[in-house]
Amino acid sequence: MTRPARRRQRVPLPLLLPAGLGLLFLVLPLAGLLVRTPWTTLPRRLAQPGVLTALRLSLETATAATLLCVALGVPLAWLLARVEFPGRRLVRALVTVPLVLPPVVGGVALLLVFGRRGLLGSWLDATFGVTLPFTTAGVVLAEAFVAMPFLVIAVEGALRGADARYEEAAATLGAGRWTTFTRVTLPLVAPGVAAGAVLCWARALGEFGATITFAGNYPGRTQTMPLAVYLALETDVQAAIVLSLVLLTVSVAILAGLRDRWVGVT
Amino acid sequence: MTAPPLLDAHLVADRGAFHLDARLRIGAGEVVALLGPNGAGKTTALRALAGLHPLSAGHLTLDGVDLDRPDRRVWTPPERRPVGVVFQDYLLFPHLSALDNVAFGPRRRGADRRAARARARGWLDRVGLGGQARHKPRQLSGGQAQRVALARALAVEPTLLLLDEPLAALDARTRLDTRAELQRHLGAHPGATLLVTHDPLDALVLADRLVIVEQGRVVQEGDAATVTARPRTDYVARLVGLNLHRGHADGHAVTVGGLTLTTADTVRGDAFVAFPPAAVALHPTRPDGSPRNVWPATVTGVQRHGDNLRVQLAGPVAVAADVTPAAAAHLGLRPGQPVWAAVKAAETRAYPA
Amino acid sequence: MTVRWIRAVLAGAAALSLSLTACGGAGDGSSADTGGTVTVFAAASLTETFTQLGRDFESAHPGTRVVLNFAGSSALATQITQGAPADVFAAASPATMKTVTDAGDAAGAPAVLVRNQLVVAVPEGNPDRVGGLADLARPGVKVALCAEQVPCGAAARSALDAAGVRLTPATLEQDVKGALAKVKLGEVDAALVYRTDVRAADGLAAVEFPESARTVNDYPIVVLKHAGNPDGARAFVDHVRSDAGLAVLTAAGFQAPPSR
Repeated sequence: MTRPARRRQRVPLPLLLPAGLGLLFLVLPLAGLLVRTPWTTLPRRLAQPGVLTALRLSLETATAATLLCVALGVPLAWLLARVEFPGRRLVRALVTVPLVLPPVVGGVALLLVFGRRGLLGSWLDATFGVTLPFTTAGVVLAEAFVAMPFLVIAVEGALRGADARYEEAAATLGAGRWTTFTRVTLPLVAPGVAAGAVLCWARALGEFGATITFAGNYPGRTQTMPLAVYLALETDVQAAIVLSLVLLTVSVAILAGLRDRWVGVT
Repeated sequence: MTAPPLLDAHLVADRGAFHLDARLRIGAGEVVALLGPNGAGKTTALRALAGLHPLSAGHLTLDGVDLDRPDRRVWTPPERRPVGVVFQDYLLFPHLSALDNVAFGPRRRGADRRAARARARGWLDRVGLGGQARHKPRQLSGGQAQRVALARALAVEPTLLLLDEPLAALDARTRLDTRAELQRHLGAHPGATLLVTHDPLDALVLADRLVIVEQGRVVQEGDAATVTARPRTDYVARLVGLNLHRGHADGHAVTVGGLTLTTADTVRGDAFVAFPPAAVALHPTRPDGSPRNVWPATVTGVQRHGDNLRVQLAGPVAVAADVTPAAAAHLGLRPGQPVWAAVKAAETRAYPA
Repeated sequence: MTVRWIRAVLAGAAALSLSLTACGGAGDGSSADTGGTVTVFAAASLTETFTQLGRDFESAHPGTRVVLNFAGSSALATQITQGAPADVFAAASPATMKTVTDAGDAAGAPAVLVRNQLVVAVPEGNPDRVGGLADLARPGVKVALCAEQVPCGAAARSALDAAGVRLTPATLEQDVKGALAKVKLGEVDAALVYRTDVRAADGLAAVEFPESARTVNDYPIVVLKHAGNPDGARAFVDHVRSDAGLAVLTAAGFQAPPSR
């Protein structure tokens, strides 16, 4: 062990105090859940079939929503960061709308567009016989709607931080814009994309309001963990706590694993 | 001029309030240095040649092909120009190995993966970095990175090679070695080469011809000997270390401000007169004897300059004088002090403006 | 130990939020039936009626303020058992009331205030010609039910069972309003909700069905044990159970309790 005395930096109290309070503020509710967890009946409650079904549906839909967000959000972020076009500021503001919109309102808005009577939904129904509300695809759509801004903002930030001159260098070496994007830009901002995808996934996993409004609640089809937790809360607080704990444990485990592998790379 | 030059360009470009208007011609195998102070338009010229900045007028013709000609609506994007660029801080792709950085160009220009890598390996060997092929850019030293960047630009076998301050990012020691090696590679390049720099030494060592730009315009061009002997602007004069004044000549006499200097050369009409700071002698009182050019001056500043001291003088003409520390001690030089300055006619050079 | 600590924190938080909205001390209001504040926790389906009843009560008892807190009955019951300072609790089902009485938080036995009955909510004009529960199982008819964890869902389940109708709903909503919204937006063709909910909504019609008689839902009301203003609380309960009070409730679609 080297002597830590000289290396140790003094952390100023005006920073340390609020930092500690902030951490406490975030961690205490978690501790509250743990304190109230019915440990003795935990195995029995976990073994109930509905729990695993909801958990699996949550993980699957959050992952699908993240993939959808990456597929649509990365190009959108690129457009915002690299292409000058009239109204770009407006578009950038619009991208953040789902952040400020209450998720339930987002769900209603989705219904107005993709619902049975919606602008696109009625056409989808009439042309392809596809209806999105009350389906698993609807859950994915609702989660993606709410989570997309996290990805777009993270990736756009990464793109703006990345040196655009690398793209010029690629151009002088004969790479067109698409090749430059896939061979140079994307690898350069990969950590930003990963960070954005992780945020996006976490947000999708916890999504409640837009999901229940747009996709409804039906076990095995649209009932994700947050919905199951909310309904359990109506009758059985302990069941709700157990479900919350499962969701927390799984998501924290996955996020910690991803962070070490993808995001923490410097 | 018998054969047309490989590069024939009249670069007219605007960047905000800045306006570039420069003619540039470079023959096959010729290395031209574009020299100028910061903000003179060197980088804009380079970007226009590479296709990273469009011309607003003029033309850019390379090997008989118009690459950019606004009046005929001709425009070739950078990825389709036979141009290679070595960027100032190299811009090696950090996620690719040295080998893949060099193979990037050949691959994009149609070579298959194996052929591109083989060619890249050849170029890395040529710049002496065959052993570092697998290294990522962050594992390379500054000098090595510069050589990889050069190999990357040359690997596409460009008709026009552009180098933007290729040595500016290196420390003094590495710079010396790299400059010598760069000279070798530029000498071997069959196409046209344009070197953008603000370092006169780089320009003098590496280039066959100098083109000096100031405020978006070419102010002087020619080989190194001509430019250094006969500077035509203050910038060039400072660059080559000469006192330069513009005046009116009448045979052996050039009138500059209120002073008439006698020169060895014979000129008539508007003329420049140039002399090195070392040719200016300082005296506490008016000197007697041979020097014809003597005037009273006031010391405005003293700086160390190599082993000597450089003294800035105000008077009928503002000049710099180099004196030995011993002489300076003898004169007791300090700002505000009056002295007499003297220049021998034989040490001046006069030429038409 | 820990449980008591959490209770204390929750109670404190609830008290804080309430005192912020009330702006007046509910604390030691032990004066007679006038004065002080009466805090009423009422089921969401009572929102419109209790708002009016509160206003009536305030004009009948000058100087008394009625603070109303509407939410799902289950959520309110949880808040009360966790120590939230309420004087009166009006629930949408006996089951939720039972959690409060079981916890020993009620002062005396709850009284049945009103009853509510399930109906089928359909868009105005009843485009799918729904005539009863059996029609809900027709292919192509999309139905929203409440989740069984909430009173309207439990009632719907027993009504469907009583009618022998088996159907797969499109969604199990977290409350009546959610189910209603799906009908209003046209995403489902019908929903099983309370008659009062349909009456309060625009653009919807109610289809009555005989099985609903078996699933009549009682709304119990009780004065709470830890009421800060027990006199005011009793006065408020008497007010809503008076003829005038019941008139307001039945006008909204509730049924008077059987004893009356």
